[in-house]
Amino acid sequence: MRFRFILSETFQGLRRNLTMTFAVIITVAVSLTLFGAGLLVRAQVDSMKDYWYERVEVSIFLCGANSTVPACSLGAVTPEVRTQIEAELNALRPLVQDIYYESKEEAYQHFLEQFKDSPIVANVTPDALPESFRVKLSDPTKYEVIAAAFAGRPGVEQVQDQRQLLDRFFRLLNGLQVIALSVAVAMLVVTALLVINTIRVAAHARRREVGIMKLVGASNIMIRMPFLLEASLSAALGGLLAVAAIVATKAILIDQVLAPAYQFTAFVSWEQVLLILPVVFVTGILIAAIAAALTLRRYLKV
Amino acid sequence: MKRVKGGTVLITFERVTKRYDKRNRPALDDISVDIRAGEFVFLVGASGSGKSTFMRLILREEKPTAGRVIVAGRDVGRLSRRKVPQLRRGMGAVFQDFRLLANKTVYQNVAFTLQVLGRKSAQIERSVPEVLELVGLADKMARFPDQLSGGEQQRVAIARAFVNRPPLLLADEPTGNLDPSTSVGIMKLLDRINRVGTTVIMATHDAAIVDQMRKRVIELDVGQLIRDEARGVYGQDHQP
Repeated sequence: MRFRFILSETFQGLRRNLTMTFAVIITVAVSLTLFGAGLLVRAQVDSMKDYWYERVEVSIFLCGANSTVPACSLGAVTPEVRTQIEAELNALRPLVQDIYYESKEEAYQHFLEQFKDSPIVANVTPDALPESFRVKLSDPTKYEVIAAAFAGRPGVEQVQDQRQLLDRFFRLLNGLQVIALSVAVAMLVVTALLVINTIRVAAHARRREVGIMKLVGASNIMIRMPFLLEASLSAALGGLLAVAAIVATKAILIDQVLAPAYQFTAFVSWEQVLLILPVVFVTGILIAAIAAALTLRRYLKV
Repeated sequence: MKRVKGGTVLITFERVTKRYDKRNRPALDDISVDIRAGEFVFLVGASGSGKSTFMRLILREEKPTAGRVIVAGRDVGRLSRRKVPQLRRGMGAVFQDFRLLANKTVYQNVAFTLQVLGRKSAQIERSVPEVLELVGLADKMARFPDQLSGGEQQRVAIARAFVNRPPLLLADEPTGNLDPSTSVGIMKLLDRINRVGTTVIMATHDAAIVDQMRKRVIELDVGQLIRDEARGVYGQDHQP
């Protein structure tokens, strides 16, 4: 009886306050979607980091015939120097995990593959590309060790850490994530304020009922529960919309559009998405319920 | 619970002072009074004499500034917030403005009390028609408040206050909005409720009613208790 009565009061309140209910649902949906998007970007950065840090290498480009840096003053690298560099690299194990030599011809083939649709290919000959050692480190953060040992060494034109290139890209993504999360936080604050206002209006609209309930000795739970349920239910509906939006983002934008277009990298997995969804959903309900509870404490004192 | 001549004491005011703010004179000033279970008490006095404050203290809508208000053995002023609902379940309250819910029928208005107290449907379906029978509205259960006369609306309010069969009924100017002949009907109803053992405290301006009923009269004047008579009349003009 008690439960059914509270429920009927709740739905009556939702109906009577329909516009505010919709406003709460929509703000909750929008703010949670943004919140989820922020979390998605972070998950995306994580999975890209995992993917790429596995694959990044330090490239040691060797001098070609046309190199101009001082270390190449003797002209193109000789086979002896090359063997010596390889020996020095081998001496750096176990930091150096793998060494792979890429000849001019192989570099050219990779280049052709990578830029096969670009007119730039026509202007490049195998000679224009440097031969190199591709070095994979057991700890990719220890790039400095390799740089110190080989940068400026005769026969080495340049030491390049792919990780640094990637980090620049990740910083960009992190910036996006910070923006998304900041907007999400602002929206969540707006949501809380809207809930507070909605509860205030609802409490005012039902002040006669509330007054009578207090007078006849209804418990606090009985008086407040319908308001709390109203806020929580609206938030839950908004949360469901946000969950749907995030699932759609993964299923359509990521899986159907982005993943086929950018096959060279990893995208966030369903597992990661499934971790985000409950966080998003519960956050919405918690914010609404807490905002409502605090408002009720102020406005529905015994 | 204290026992005095004439029965168990239900309500005790023990040197009660209520001040709403520091600068003004107190609304109630050092009031001490006992009300026994089963009594019918008129609370009289001009507007601003402290009648409503007296009622609000019993309902624990206010706390005394000094002194103690004891209802059924409980020190109402020191009652924790969580125990207030329990206290109020032991009393019904009726007001000048009826305070009915316009969107609910007579039946639903009365049932509302039992619903918010979490009573079972079976009990509600039994108690509500019973109490509506008592107040003489058994044939108007499906009406809405605005389809009723003022007297009928007050009967609904009394039914709502009494459906839970509380041992105490507080009536704050229940006839204030009613014409004299209707008021008589309401008084008969309150008298009937009193006769089955319910303590009734009624604040009123209505001299004719007080004089006619010849019940205990407590008179307040600017917060002071100036008269407490067992079978009193309304004003000083009538005093023997």
